Amino acid sequence: MPDQLLYAMEVSLNGLMAGIMYALVALGFVLIFKASGIFNYAQGVLALFAALTLVGLQQGQIPFSHVINAIFGTELHSFGWTLPAIVAIALTALVMVGLAWLIERLVLKHLVNQEPIILFMATIGLAYFLEGLGDVMWGADIKKLDVGLPQGISETIDALTFNAFGYGFFIDRLDIVAAVVAALLVASLTLFSQYTKYGRALRAVADDHQAALSVGISLRFIWVLVWSIAGFVALVAGIMWGSKSGVQFSLSLIALKALPVLMLGGFTSIPGAIVGGLIIGMGEKLFEFFAGPLIGGATENWFAYVLALLFLVFRPQGLFGERIIERV
Amino acid sequence: MKKTFTMLAAAAIAATTAAPALADLVVPNLSYRTGPFAAGGIPYADGFNDYFTLLNERDGGIGGEKVQVPECETAYNTEKGVECYEATKGQGALVYNPLSTGITYQLIPKVSADGITLYTPGYGRTSAANGKVFEWVFNYPANYWDGASVAIKYLLDENGGSLEGKKIALLYHNSAYGKEPIRTLQELAKKHGFTLSELPIDSPGQEQKSQWLQVRRDKPDYVLFWGWGVMNSVAVQEAANIRFPMDKFIGIWWSGSENDVLPAGDGANGYKALTFNGVGGDYPVYADLKKYVFDAGKGSGAGDSAGSVIYSRGMYAAVVISEAIRKAQELAGTPKVNAAQVRDGFEALEITDARLEELGLKGFGQAFKATCADHGGAGGAMIQQWDAAAKKWSLITGFIEPDHDVLDPLVAEDSAAFAAENNIAERCN
Repeated sequence: MPDQLLYAMEVSLNGLMAGIMYALVALGFVLIFKASGIFNYAQGVLALFAALTLVGLQQGQIPFSHVINAIFGTELHSFGWTLPAIVAIALTALVMVGLAWLIERLVLKHLVNQEPIILFMATIGLAYFLEGLGDVMWGADIKKLDVGLPQGISETIDALTFNAFGYGFFIDRLDIVAAVVAALLVASLTLFSQYTKYGRALRAVADDHQAALSVGISLRFIWVLVWSIAGFVALVAGIMWGSKSGVQFSLSLIALKALPVLMLGGFTSIPGAIVGGLIIGMGEKLFEFFAGPLIGGATENWFAYVLALLFLVFRPQGLFGERIIERV
Repeated sequence: MKKTFTMLAAAAIAATTAAPALADLVVPNLSYRTGPFAAGGIPYADGFNDYFTLLNERDGGIGGEKVQVPECETAYNTEKGVECYEATKGQGALVYNPLSTGITYQLIPKVSADGITLYTPGYGRTSAANGKVFEWVFNYPANYWDGASVAIKYLLDENGGSLEGKKIALLYHNSAYGKEPIRTLQELAKKHGFTLSELPIDSPGQEQKSQWLQVRRDKPDYVLFWGWGVMNSVAVQEAANIRFPMDKFIGIWWSGSENDVLPAGDGANGYKALTFNGVGGDYPVYADLKKYVFDAGKGSGAGDSAGSVIYSRGMYAAVVISEAIRKAQELAGTPKVNAAQVRDGFEALEITDARLEELGLKGFGQAFKATCADHGGAGGAMIQQWDAAAKKWSLITGFIEPDHDVLDPLVAEDSAAFAAENNIAERCN
């Protein structure tokens, strides 16, 4: 098999894996948009905040220690414990639920019946507030996130492809874990929305707020629920991206990677987020592989948007988005 | 109630915008403590602030004049950096050090028009080393082209004096900063016969799979790296993932801090980076910082980054600026120097090994002497290597001199182009 073809296959596989990482972020956007029509600008910052909280809790870091020390002249930094990863993840999930409750109480409750653009702007404010809060709570230094996920080349795939093609493909074991986690997440979300009482309530609200209210579904509870789920998805995305790059403030910029995925997959479809992620991931990597050397490289950031725009020309609602037809 | 609130608001506004007393020496700190690059910006700003606090607390300032360091947040954003410059220059600013090549490029024409020194140690526009053209800009002790040349000289030493037929990849931040060394490396490739491949990475650089797959396919003998922020830690992790030999992976000095290697754990062991200043907290100046600054509760940050690579570099910038101000005071015959006199101090500055020892920084930096034409210094840099088990950097070379035969014509050519574009007549003739 020609070398270029083998390389293209390797690049494609890695693109699919990268796409799953993008989809993990996009899922959080979809959940909130589907249930409440809000484009949550703060989704990337939620992932950052979740990852910061996870590392802080796991390493026993005292929140707000810089502020406490500055005010009281103390030297407090750590509780002196190291929590097992699973306990820290569970506690962080609780924190994200608490955060969802606070967001509903302090922000969303006061904006019921406002225009979507007002709610969008509220999430912009929320994003900057949470970024600052995360900084003050946990500090701005880069933190190593270690929840026991494997990293580095997958020996099995390397050996298998070497035996088959004479060239071993590189696939990061972390990306394989991310793919499994994403599959489990999508399956869980689907089962939850199809077969549980709250899942059905969530779908009812997504379909028609007024009708859902008329049958006694609490809109406020649903908002807390959906923001909690989005917070949990943000935690998963934060763990994956944090394991890859360390937990630091540019983690919030992973949202930029999710936008073309949403444009392509549609804002209201969970499978759309996954398929969109796969197409964007593979498309941008293949374009970089073939066209990058000809036009100077670093094409991935912009090409993802070009690809999404191309799809929009033919399907404005995205691949899996709901087609909106308004008749006059 | 309303009146009280108004008074409180007025007091708060006055407190936050208070200009330093006229007699103070004002050195604004255009820092970034927020955003994607805060992890590097914070220790740099702390090292910078803490050294001036030390001078104020221990010595009563410089020449008896206290130093004020008003801080302005740029978030490593060029537009915000320019806003910070405009907001602080009226406070009697003597010198700026924005720690951003993008901001530097925007400020060069502004400082030249306003008559304020721009000091960009180890970053910024390389050809500003030519004082004949760049009257108000100084970038000693080393610049990016020096860094590129030192890296190649080190590799020449590693390879018995020849890089003929070797493949070297440059992985770089796709920005003005990352592109700085390309021209020099292209010239050095011609001179030494190695093949240079250029691999840009878009900021912030969390996703670098394409670039590292290419490295894996091309199998370069060495990878040189010009990254900043999260790009650094991701690159080190990706290099470890593809099992690229870490001792053949060399970063510029902005890609060689503890933050860059710790997230990769043992995988980062052996990674190398350039540095133009010493590493670690074993210099006597740290005892004074502890006594007069940290223990007195006057530290700029939590004090936990003292001695780290980036903190040390921020402190080093403050050391050079304070020495330039001291020189300016000596030349002007008064401790109350203005911006023009401080520029003269920069141009006449000589930092010797003996002076570094007096400052509690023996061997920390390379001795240099500025002149009217030379604003760039000797340009030497050392190589440091990461020991993942001990979690510390160790210097593995002394100062290596850059190849001035290659660099000087490049500096002359680039600065001549700038002079022609901006109708600048050469000085120092």
